[in-house]
Amino acid sequence: MASTTPAPAVATARDAELFLSVEDLKVHFPTEDGLVKSVDGLSFELRRGEILGIVGESGSGKSVTAQAILGLHKGSRARISGHIWLDGRDLVPLSDEEMRGVRGSEIAMIFQDPLSSLHPFYTIGDQIAEAYRVHNKVSAREARARTIEMLEKVGIPNAPGRVDDYPHQFSGGMRQRAMIAMALICQPKLLIADEPTTALDVTVQAQILELIKDLRDELNSAVILITHDLGVVAETCDHVVVMYGGQCVEKGSVDDVFELPEMPYTWGLLGSMPRMDRVRQERLTPIPGQPPSLINVPTGCVFNTRCRFSDHVEGRRCFTEHPQLLPTAPGHEVRCHIEPEERRRLFELEIKPKL
Amino acid sequence: MTTTSAAPGAATPPAGAPLLEVRDVRKHFPGRSAGLFGRRGNPVKAVDGVSFALHQGETLGLVGESGCGKSTTGRVIAKLIEPTSGSIRFQGKEIADLSTGQMRPLRREVQMIFQDPYSSLNPRHTIGTIVGSPFRIQGAHPEGGIKKAVQGLMERVGLNPEHYNRYPHEFSGGQRQRIGIARALALRPQLIVCDEPVSALDVSVQAQVVNLLEDLQNEFGLAYVFIAHDLSVVRHISDRVAVMYLGKIMEITDRDTLYEAPMHPYTHALLSAVPIPDPTVEARRERILLTGDLPSPSNPPSGCVFHTRCPKYRDQLSDGERERCRTEEPVLEDKRPGQSVYCHFAEVRSDIIDGEAPAPRSTGIREVIRKTAAGAPGTGIE
Ligand SMILES: Nc1ncnc2c1ncn2[C@@H]1O[C@H](COP(=O)(O)OP(=O)(O)OP(=O)(O)O)[C@@H](O)[C@H]1O
Ligand SMILES: Nc1ncnc2c1ncn2[C@@H]1O[C@H](COP(=O)(O)OP(=O)(O)OP(=O)(O)O)[C@@H](O)[C@H]1O
Ligand code: SF4
Ligand code: SF4
Ligand SMILES: [Mg+2]
Ligand SMILES: [Mg+2]
Repeated sequence: MASTTPAPAVATARDAELFLSVEDLKVHFPTEDGLVKSVDGLSFELRRGEILGIVGESGSGKSVTAQAILGLHKGSRARISGHIWLDGRDLVPLSDEEMRGVRGSEIAMIFQDPLSSLHPFYTIGDQIAEAYRVHNKVSAREARARTIEMLEKVGIPNAPGRVDDYPHQFSGGMRQRAMIAMALICQPKLLIADEPTTALDVTVQAQILELIKDLRDELNSAVILITHDLGVVAETCDHVVVMYGGQCVEKGSVDDVFELPEMPYTWGLLGSMPRMDRVRQERLTPIPGQPPSLINVPTGCVFNTRCRFSDHVEGRRCFTEHPQLLPTAPGHEVRCHIEPEERRRLFELEIKPKL
Repeated sequence: MTTTSAAPGAATPPAGAPLLEVRDVRKHFPGRSAGLFGRRGNPVKAVDGVSFALHQGETLGLVGESGCGKSTTGRVIAKLIEPTSGSIRFQGKEIADLSTGQMRPLRREVQMIFQDPYSSLNPRHTIGTIVGSPFRIQGAHPEGGIKKAVQGLMERVGLNPEHYNRYPHEFSGGQRQRIGIARALALRPQLIVCDEPVSALDVSVQAQVVNLLEDLQNEFGLAYVFIAHDLSVVRHISDRVAVMYLGKIMEITDRDTLYEAPMHPYTHALLSAVPIPDPTVEARRERILLTGDLPSPSNPPSGCVFHTRCPKYRDQLSDGERERCRTEEPVLEDKRPGQSVYCHFAEVRSDIIDGEAPAPRSTGIREVIRKTAAGAPGTGIE
């Protein structure tokens, strides 16, 4: 079970070791309709032993970012610029071949779509054991034993009896756990988990999050956790990046961003959570309006089509000038034209009472 | 309330002939050939005797742990796979043994939103083709043409209609999930089996899609079987809820009763595991822990299938009563009007969620949000 104490502040000793540093990353896809700017100038850092959450609207570029770090866009039409420093080496210029080596030995990924990453014609057990044997010179028998052990850890009932199942014989949540087992068995230094617990009920979810924390604690690995479950972020992550329209709109320690969020999109996100302890609402409250086009990105602030606070900014700057991501407190950055004082006042007065 | 037919808090389903009536449905998958000798193992009893009724305009939530048979139940109802036995009546007509050809006219009435969005979308077809295919297959001619209808649907689920010519891999996970929803809505069916329809969506888009499903239900009287593991979403959308365990329904009743006065020990455990982001409430709640592994559906326990993990069996029953749990299988029957429970010793508990006290504002928001996460510690008055 999870511990009662909030995630510890990142130890200062680790601060020196910037393990992953993404700098001004852009991933653009040329399509018939125009250039899709899926990720447009994203920067963040990650230290060893740290868990970074990425949250944000569906379609805001979270998975594309993860795929870029893994080098999965190499050889496609995607145009990538910026830097992805992993342990001092820039991954962006690497060839597909070189990147494959990095993927095998250092980074593992849990994909959002379990079926697309499990091969339908091989058994679950063979696929996991195969992944294990790529990095560990062990006998087939030993790999199988490790595989069963790992399947048990992710909570597959009767693992020895199910290790020879094919993916279609697993339920949705079991497939997701099989994929988690495959990623964790490699003991990666960087784990990217893209919505790892969407198909799982609370109890199993807790078990998986514990496994991810164990990886961090035992191997001092770094973890990127992409999720739309804010509860998971609050429970597991040290830092959080909030994405909207291919950009980071707010980032900082989870404590800062959740206690004193300053960007209107973050406010909307926090306000949309359904809560079981409250009187059942007639209607859930989504953020009104549609996400921005990533082809014709609005001039000014990406959130301006849906923001109800743009009249707190003088002139029409929200519609003419792209706000910079600026520090508002140490380690807490916000992309919004409203003055920081005013943002905090709005949050205390208008937003917080309704959360 | 999301429907016009069911009165709020009604313990019984609305009167009148049900749209869908499922009786004693089973789906057993053939066992694996085990070991060197190729013996066939026991069949996997994914669904093992499920019965319920669903009325027009009604939503039935289907919950339970991963692997308990929710998707299989959904696929059987939508007739995407054949039941091993049992009866499925749709609009009064038996459909359990209809062939694919005989099912075709009914196809437009019963649709499914799949749990794995990507694998249910043909990667070589554009979204326009995918969402428009129900029209073509059924030879339907929507007003203004198929393209216009498809773009209208895309807009309603929050997808940009300009993306008509894009392929599935060019969409994000949540966008793909909504493509599946748009496709299911195309022919405005009577019944939609929604298998984790909002699990890949961020909370805001999730709210938008849930509201859309409710609007369509109010407008056209759609009925939903809504499979989800998120109990707060299920509570929001469902009129009645069925709780499954090892291929069987443990308890089925209206939403308010299920959340406020559940009777089955498994329902108690499930609900107690959902963290409540209010520290005072959380402090006085009991967290009911399930011990032991989930048994294998190919080798379910004797008697009550839940007895190997039942906290009540473990802590509260006499030896004689335990004996009964182990040897005699309970039947799903009304213990109170409109509340059917599979348990010999069912008892109401109304302290499981207990959100009566107003939420204090003393704790930080992170703490509150954190408590909505899985496994936020209960106070464990075990
Ligand atoms: N190959 C591609 N070609 C064109 N556009 C693409 C491609 N892949 C992704 N996109 C677009 O880029 C945007 C970002 O996609 P991404 O998958 O990163 O979203 P996400 O934040 O992971 O969303 P979700 O929460 O729904 O998974 C989306 O609008 C998507 O439509
Ligand atoms: N084609 C199949 N062959 C063999 N076993 C199967 C098959 N399909 C499902 N099963 C098994 O039946 C059981 C129920 O699966 P089902 O997919 O219905 O679960 P679920 O309740 O939807 O779970 P989840 O929440 O993880 O999606 C599982 O043990 C699963 O492994
Ligand atoms: S910059 Fe303007 S539009 Fe953007 S979030 Fe701030 S107030 Fe809203
Ligand atoms: S019948 Fe016995 S074992 Fe089964 S749920 Fe009831 S008390 Fe528990
Ligand atoms: Mg994604
Ligand atoms: Mg399922």
